[in-house]
Formats: sequence, structure tokens, C-alpha cells
Amino acid sequence: MTLVDRAARDLRQDIADGTVSAVEACRVTLDRMSSANPALNAFNHVDDERALARAAAIDRQRAAGERLGPLGGVPIALKDNLCVRGMRTTASSKILDSFIPPYDATVVQRLEAAGAVIVGKTNCDEFAMGSSNENSAYGPVHNPWNLDTTPGGSSGGSAAAVAARCVPLAFGSDTGGSIRQPASFCGVVGLKPTYGRVSRYGLLAFASSLDQIGPFARTVADAAIALSVIAGHDPNDSTSATTEVPDYAAGLNGDIRGVRVGVPRAFVSEGVDDRVRTAFDAALATLRDRGAVLVDIELPHAQFAIPVYYLIATAEASSNLARYDGVKYGFRSAAAKDGPLKTMYSRTRDEGFGAEVKRRIMLGTYVLSAGYYDAFYLKAQQVRTLLRRDYEQAFASVDVVAMPTSPVPPFRLGEKTADPLQMYLGDVFTVSVNLAGLPGVNVPCGFAAGLPIGFQLIGRMFDEATILRVADAFERATDWHKAAPPLG
Amino acid sequence: MPSLTIADVERIAALAHLELTDDEKPLFTRQLADILNYAEQLQAVDTSGVPATAHVNTARGDQGVERADEPRPSLPVADALANAPDAARDAGLFRVPRVIG
Repeated sequence: MTLVDRAARDLRQDIADGTVSAVEACRVTLDRMSSANPALNAFNHVDDERALARAAAIDRQRAAGERLGPLGGVPIALKDNLCVRGMRTTASSKILDSFIPPYDATVVQRLEAAGAVIVGKTNCDEFAMGSSNENSAYGPVHNPWNLDTTPGGSSGGSAAAVAARCVPLAFGSDTGGSIRQPASFCGVVGLKPTYGRVSRYGLLAFASSLDQIGPFARTVADAAIALSVIAGHDPNDSTSATTEVPDYAAGLNGDIRGVRVGVPRAFVSEGVDDRVRTAFDAALATLRDRGAVLVDIELPHAQFAIPVYYLIATAEASSNLARYDGVKYGFRSAAAKDGPLKTMYSRTRDEGFGAEVKRRIMLGTYVLSAGYYDAFYLKAQQVRTLLRRDYEQAFASVDVVAMPTSPVPPFRLGEKTADPLQMYLGDVFTVSVNLAGLPGVNVPCGFAAGLPIGFQLIGRMFDEATILRVADAFERATDWHKAAPPLG
Repeated sequence: MPSLTIADVERIAALAHLELTDDEKPLFTRQLADILNYAEQLQAVDTSGVPATAHVNTARGDQGVERADEPRPSLPVADALANAPDAARDAGLFRVPRVIG
């Protein structure tokens, strides 16, 4: 095992013990990134100088006898929709191509306070809108397991960077599956926390009632450590919860005897690739062998989650993205620089946004417009209530819910770009979790023709501890997380 | 629900301040119609008397998220203007093209 294969927890211990310096760990990471990234296109921006200076500070901290934070000296990557003061942040959009944030996201402050070393910003679908990373203004990310294949989206760069051993830990955002699905496609752990668990301050907003920030890691323990660092109330995000933050890693004891795992059999019976089904069934059998109790449950409204999600998320996006108008930051169309003002707005937005973002702004504007609001937007919000009730009812009798993360294994780049609706249908198992505000974690559970398959564990609100404990117990019983992609 | 026309798409684009190209209009008309037709299935769900969920933390009853309305340090004007494509930095203003065509 080389340094790039080390888990974040082990690497932090190496640095604390003095067997590796933070600067050495940082250099190895930067070397790995520069050799792997030409094939992957996982990074929009790398900041060697800042990272090495930060790592040197960690080494000085250790030399002075100070205790290292829980991520002391660990190199991390951030999705390019998380603001870092002074570091270019684009959301993979032409409209923000030159944006330099004047402030740090709260998660960035917390990660750096914990000793993490930010090495760069990862590629993603533009404004986190997509399921294949093909909507980036900087080109798609390639899956490290097969370069002709999508890494998933929208946080495809973060997932690929962790899978390809560029960094042990990366962060993304999940509005409808954008952490869990790319984690599944790249064979890593990806956690979407409960809505309100992590502050969204400094995350470029897509759909504010659904967005959450979370970690990608190669082990459940690393994801648990990362969550303890970033979770908690923040006065700058009024939706961040005051609920106490436990030491999530301390709860990973491998014991899941008697844990009740709900399986929505009817919901997962249709449209699932045979190889995904086989891997999912084997994962359930492993949980049962470890002492969990499998319980059939019903989620009668889950079948409506995709239309509900795409009406609500686009409505919120159309409002959030109104701020990109060529005035306060970012790109302004040269064609309309002399006005009039309204022409400058509309030319800037047409030239600055990519096709998928425009499609979603249009859809969201439509469903909020007079005459269609009740039929689409309000109706979707009502069905959202029914969906939440389905989960509440399920959680009255089970501790976690298990289902595949994606109905299909990773698909080829270009396979679905011509038909947006077909792309949306792939989000069938992830979007309901955001609509209900629940935590969900992807865990690797198999391969199909050399490409990773994952399944997700969904918990009650603010019960990340239980899904992480079950995920960790599964990881202890299997070797899927140990596989490394063939990329050299 | 009536099917979407190019005129509908032009109307929505105007509301959203998007000046679509001639290529984009028919493409978006078809794609948005596909998505809206798919979303029609929601009409079959009985939602009479069901309240709308705008936000999950309203249901959670989480209190204490409002802070006191007290002045706090905010972004310096120079920082706020730093990313502007056009600004009158000395005056502390964003500059825009003429408003009236």
C-alpha cells in the first residue's frame, strides 16, 4: 500500500506520529493529481502553492507540540460550487468562469480548522444540474474504472478523484442524488446528510429546500469523521439545525444484530438492471448474515418522486439562478454591453448558461407561472408531503431503508445526452431521499463488467449514526471498497 | 394540459430573461413538453386536504433558528465589487448599460 491508498484517518495518524509530514503527503497528492487528471478531467482548479503552504503550517503546528485536528494534514478536494476565499469557484459554468469568492463557505472554515489541506476544486455538472457530469462547461469527467464511461453526477469530479486515489476525501453537494449516484458509479462511499445537518452557507445554491453538502471517502469511517467536522448549527444558515453532533466514527462498532432493514420490494421491482438487482440482493443477504432483520415495506408514493423532484427543484433553481445577470459577478455578454439593460441580462444569461441549466430555468419558470402554479408546483409540494409520510410510516417499523442507488450500472459518455427525460429517470432511487430530507449513504457492493455498483442506506432524520453503523458493518464483511481502478 | 408551443417557450424565456437562439426554441419546446407530459401523472394522485411541503424543517418544528436582528460586520464594499464585470470602484457602485432602449 502506498501513501495515495491511505485512508484519511490513517494518513492523519501517520502525520500525527511523524512517520509522514503533511508536506510530503501534500506533494504525493499533487503528483498523483497531475498524473491522473489529464485522463480524468476531475479537477477544474488546482492550487499547489496554497496547499503546500497550508501543509507546512500543519507540520509547524505538530513540531510545536500542538495537537492535530481530526483531519490534520489530510489533503481534500472540494466540488467547484463551494466557495473558498480567493480561490476561483465556477460551478463549472461559463457564467462564473472568473468568479473569485470574497468569503469561505462554512464547511471550508470547519474543514480547515480541523487541519484539512484543500488541494483543488473538482469538476461537476453546471450548477450541480446533471447525473453524468456531461453538463460541465469544462468538459465531462471520465470514470477512472473505464474512461469511456460517466463517473455519474453532478459531483462526478469529487467521486472520481477519491476513487482514483488523488485524495482520500472530497466533498460535494447532493440535491437529488449528486453525491450518492457518482459515489455508486465510482465505487466509493458517498454520504448525503439530513437536510439541516450541514450548513449550506457558501454553497452556490441550486434548490434550497433540497441541497446538502457531504463527503466522499474510501471508507465509511472516513465519511463519519468528515461528517463530525462539517455538521452543526451555523448562524449564517437559518435552516441548519441545532441538533447535537455526535462523534459518528466512535459509533462504528460493527454490531448490527437486530437492526431492522426495510426493503421497498414493489418500488425496486421494476426497471432495475439484473446486475444491479443481483448485487443488491447479495448486499441484503450480507446484512442479514451480520444479524440484521430484513423487513418488507411499502413506499406507495415513491414512484412519483421523479416528477415531484423535477418540478420542485427546477422551480427553486429558476429563482436561485436569477442572480446571475451580468451585474454583480461573473460573465457579461460583449454583444449587449451598450444595452439596453434587459437585453444585456438576457444575452448574458443565454451565452453564460449551458443547455441543461437553461432547460431547468425554463421548466421552473413555467411551473411557477400564472395558470400552472397550482397544477404543477403546488401539486408537487402536496405529493412531497405524501412521500414524506410514506417514509415516516416505514420508519415506525424499521431503523434503515435499503435500496439500489442507481437502477443501472455506469453508462457510456454520450449515451443519454440527447434525451433529458431519460437522464432524469435514472434518479429514481435518490430523489425521494432529498424530498423527505433524510440522510442517505452509498456503499460499494459489486461490479458489472468492471464497473462499480453501489446500494444506499437511508435513515431517519438526524440518524446518520445508524446508517453509518450499518454501512460500516457491511464494509467489514466485504472487500468491494478495497478495489482500486485500473488507471495507472 | 395543452401541449407546449414555441410561443409558450418564447413567453417563458422572456419571463426568465433568457434570449434563446432560433435553434434552441424548437428543441426546448419538444424537451419541455416531454417532461411536462411525464409530470402529468401527478394529476392522478389524490391530494385533497393534503398540505404542501415547501421545506422539511417546517415540519420538524425546529426552533431557535432565528437570530437577533443586530448589526454585524458585512462584506467590505471593495470586496463586493471585486467580481463585477463593470464597476465604478471609487464611487462604490455597480455599473450597468442604459436602461431604456
